[in-house]
Amino acid sequence: MMGTTKFRQAALALGVTVMLAGCAGPNPRDPYEGYNRAMFEFNDTVDTYALKPAATVYKNVTPGFVQTGVSNFFGNLGDAWTAINQLLQGNGQAGMSDLSRFALNSTLGIVGLFDIASEAGLPKHKEDFGQTLGVWGVSSGPYLVLPLLGPSTVRDTFALPVDISGDIWRYKDPTNVRNMGTALRVIDTRAGLLDASTLLEDAALDRYEFLRDGYLQRRESLIHPDGDGPSSKPKKDDSGETSAPVSSESAPKELNSGTPAAKPDSQ
Amino acid sequence: MNFIKQFIALATVALAFNAHATAAPANEAPDALVKRISQDVIDTAKNDKAIQAGDTKKVMDLVETKILPYVDFQRMTSLAAGRFWREATPEQQKALTEQFRSLLVFTYSGALSQVKDQTIEFKPLRADPTDTEVEVRSQVNQARGEPIPLNYRVAKGPQGWKIYDINVLGAWLVETYKGTFASEISKGGMDGLIKALTEKNKKLASKPLKTNAPK
Repeated sequence: MMGTTKFRQAALALGVTVMLAGCAGPNPRDPYEGYNRAMFEFNDTVDTYALKPAATVYKNVTPGFVQTGVSNFFGNLGDAWTAINQLLQGNGQAGMSDLSRFALNSTLGIVGLFDIASEAGLPKHKEDFGQTLGVWGVSSGPYLVLPLLGPSTVRDTFALPVDISGDIWRYKDPTNVRNMGTALRVIDTRAGLLDASTLLEDAALDRYEFLRDGYLQRRESLIHPDGDGPSSKPKKDDSGETSAPVSSESAPKELNSGTPAAKPDSQ
Repeated sequence: MNFIKQFIALATVALAFNAHATAAPANEAPDALVKRISQDVIDTAKNDKAIQAGDTKKVMDLVETKILPYVDFQRMTSLAAGRFWREATPEQQKALTEQFRSLLVFTYSGALSQVKDQTIEFKPLRADPTDTEVEVRSQVNQARGEPIPLNYRVAKGPQGWKIYDINVLGAWLVETYKGTFASEISKGGMDGLIKALTEKNKKLASKPLKTNAPK
């Protein structure tokens, strides 16, 4: 049954991709902008009328320690999948650390309700299969906004069925408990983002673009942390077209090639 | 999606980097500078009841006095505008810088009022003493969730080190605004972009800083 679901999801992802092949936009990283914007609007509407109000109530009504417990519980389930991906990426040390987190929090942390591993000095990480593919050298492909799930890329969309099958909670029985848990998980996640979405509203002229441009950089940096890969983007424009120091006060500041910021940009 | 929350909440702290406008030692190392400012701003934000309550004026004051002196807005703006910067008239450049600066101040002020129990940890600086551009790396540790990476690009000018770009959660501020700038310019030219920013700022100025439910 799991196989069928996976197949269905893969087929869906493929279908979406093919469907998108028609549209084209000006931004090379976002050729499906027309579709993406429509989906962004759709998600935004769902959020405004359903998810955000529910999350606001949840945040205002539920005691803080319950919210922390809920976050920790689902976060702990995620740690197991993160550990596997760490190992797939060849990060032995981080993988073992995440496995220990999962073991520690699942037992002494009472099925993950308490995140004692963080206090014990094992920091939380988050790795998914899209990142693993990225580490293996698969490029992200165009930006893609998924229904209800939000920002993604073509690569990460193909990785999604694998991530879904790696999610422990989806094997929870009985079904009604699983569904209620999933709803709770979604609401809890959204509640954690309430402040941020207000700020996004403030910071962005165009929320769609702002989110897209930030998201793509973020994913890149997760795959190549510490600027050791193509993600370390110096200001490409410094090399010629931009950034002429204009005012008298900012005297020419050349890039030293030894600077961390001075690596070639890939985007 | 978690990314957005943290991106912005951290932009706060990011700006929090710059605390002490007064008395900067002349030869302070860039990472020491960022560290000093961060600590100062965070401590102030955490301990000031008015700021925690979302007092707009107090937050803006904090940003103006402790952070702004260490930020090179001109450079930040020119980088975000990309090639369009050089095509712009000096007046347009000035107006654009001013509006972009206001937008960032509003945003950071909003984020600053959300600083609660975070602590900042700095990573060793990887640079030569002769470098005039360095990247200062840090991370923000929170009570729950993963640590959030927070990096700064700092350049040495006649007035000492100044920050000209901030990276929150892997996304550089300048790079993130670059797309927005380019598309506004393609719609209405440089003046269109300035106008859009001005209107945005007017809206932000007329609304209360803190619109979230109190925690």
